[in-house]
Order: sequence, then structure tokens, then C-alpha cells
Amino acid sequence: MNYLQEILVISTALFFIGIYGLLTRRNIIAILMSVELMLNSVNINFVAFNKYLYPNSLDGIFFSIFIITIAAAEVALAIAIVINLYRNHDSVDIDSTTLLKY
Amino acid sequence: MDTSKIIFYLLGGFILGMALLAVTEKKIFRSAIWLLFALIGIAGLYFWMALEFIAAVQIIVYVGGIVVLIIFSVFLTHQAEDDMPKTGLSRKIAAGLAVISGAAFTIQLFLNNDFNLSAIPFDSDVARIGTAMLETGDGGYLLPFEAVSMLLLAAMVGCIVIAIRPEKSEKNDSENPPSFSNPPTRNPEPVEGILY
Repeated sequence: MNYLQEILVISTALFFIGIYGLLTRRNIIAILMSVELMLNSVNINFVAFNKYLYPNSLDGIFFSIFIITIAAAEVALAIAIVINLYRNHDSVDIDSTTLLKY
Repeated sequence: MDTSKIIFYLLGGFILGMALLAVTEKKIFRSAIWLLFALIGIAGLYFWMALEFIAAVQIIVYVGGIVVLIIFSVFLTHQAEDDMPKTGLSRKIAAGLAVISGAAFTIQLFLNNDFNLSAIPFDSDVARIGTAMLETGDGGYLLPFEAVSMLLLAAMVGCIVIAIRPEKSEKNDSENPPSFSNPPTRNPEPVEGILY
């Protein structure tokens, strides 16, 4: 195993830990945190591929910078939605948000 | 086994342990703190890869921005000491099985693939990143840079529009101080106004 494969093992484990959180959590903010873990594992992948496979280009670095930026925007929007939801439902559990169900 | 490898394994163990704690912790505030440590560990991994710029961005944006936002929203919507709603054991087992099989499949996929690593060392000069970010030619990223700045602006305006309180209930509570000339027309359930 070279360095790249070891980093890939770590990022894969991180991604699937995020998926585990996504599947088992019932709270919207906790789900958001799992999504953050998954985005981070993707960032590690981009950076590692850039560094070890294509050291002449910078595409992976830029992809991870843009992913970080978009993650910041996404979290800000998600939190606005969560606060609005809490105002309307008094709860941020996904089980209680069944407004569109029927 | 050299020092670099030991540091790498320590960092990896730290990241995965903190991430596991973050998705299994019962109290949401502690979960956010474990997430904070996991993100710091990832920044350490970037430092280990000698990518100081990405590590700095990671610490500034994720640790300083996103986690703080998450903690804010936890305090706005929860009693931080309350436990989160529990998940059933069967759901946990099903999720664990799915995750473990998926991870095993992915890991064997790239362990059997031999990447031909480049022999050239990576030049992680920040000036190189800065030049490429504002360049219009080949390998330049000026257009995505501008697009993402517009996206950030739109997202911020959108946040304000979504999170702002509807005007009706606000006027009564905070805008007009109760005066004698116009009798107070408060609505009888003032619970919301106290919280925000």
C-alpha cells in the first residue's frame, strides 16, 4: 500500500461513517453534520489525487476549495431553513415534518 | 516505520475516532464538538500532506465558520442537554451492515487498482494557487471563482429572506413600544417573541 491508498482508506471510512450518521440520525442538524463529514472525505480525495497523481496541475486543489465554499453556503442556508422549521413546528426532528405527506 | 508514517496513522485514527463519536453521540452539542475535532484532524492531514493553504482554509472556513454556525443553530433550537431522539436497534444494525459492506467493496476496489504515482514532487506554493485562481487562460479558474462569489452572495441573501420573521407578529411586539394613545393589541400567545 502506498500513501495514496492509505489516504483513500481513511477517506472512504470517513465517507461511510457519514452515511451511517445520515441513515441513523433523526435530527436535522445531526444529519447536516453527517453531510459535512461526507463532503470532507471527498475533499481529502480530491487533494490526495492531485498531489500524488497529477502534481503539475492544480485542479484537485481548486475543486476542494470550491467544495469548501459551497459547503459554507449550504450550511448557512440549511440553518436558515432549520430555524424557520423550528418556528413552525417547535421541533427539528425529521419525523415531525410531515407537512407535505398527505 | 518512520516518523511520518506514525504521524499519519495517528492522524487517521484521530479523524476516524472523532467522526465515529460525532455520529453516535446522544447529546447534540457534544456531537458538534466531536465534529469540530474531526475537522481539525482533517486539517492536520492536509498539513501532513504539505498543503498549508488548504489546511488554513479548512480551519478558517470549517472550524471557524461552519461548526460555529451549527453550534448557533443548536442553541437556537434545542436544550443542549437533551438527548436526541433514539433510533431503533434494527435500523442501526441495517445501517451498519450497509455501511460496512459498502466500505469493504470500495476499499477492495482501489486496493486492487495500482495507481501509477507520479515521481515529480508536488509544488504547493501558494503563489501558484493564487495565480491560477485569477487567470483566464488555460488552467485558470477566474470564471468559477466569480461564479462561486455570486453564489455566496445569493446564498446569504437567501438565508436572510428565509430566516427573517414574518412582519405581522413582529410589529406588535418590538417595533411599536406600547403607548397610551393606541391601545396595545398584543396577541395572547407571546411565546415566540420571547425566544427570539
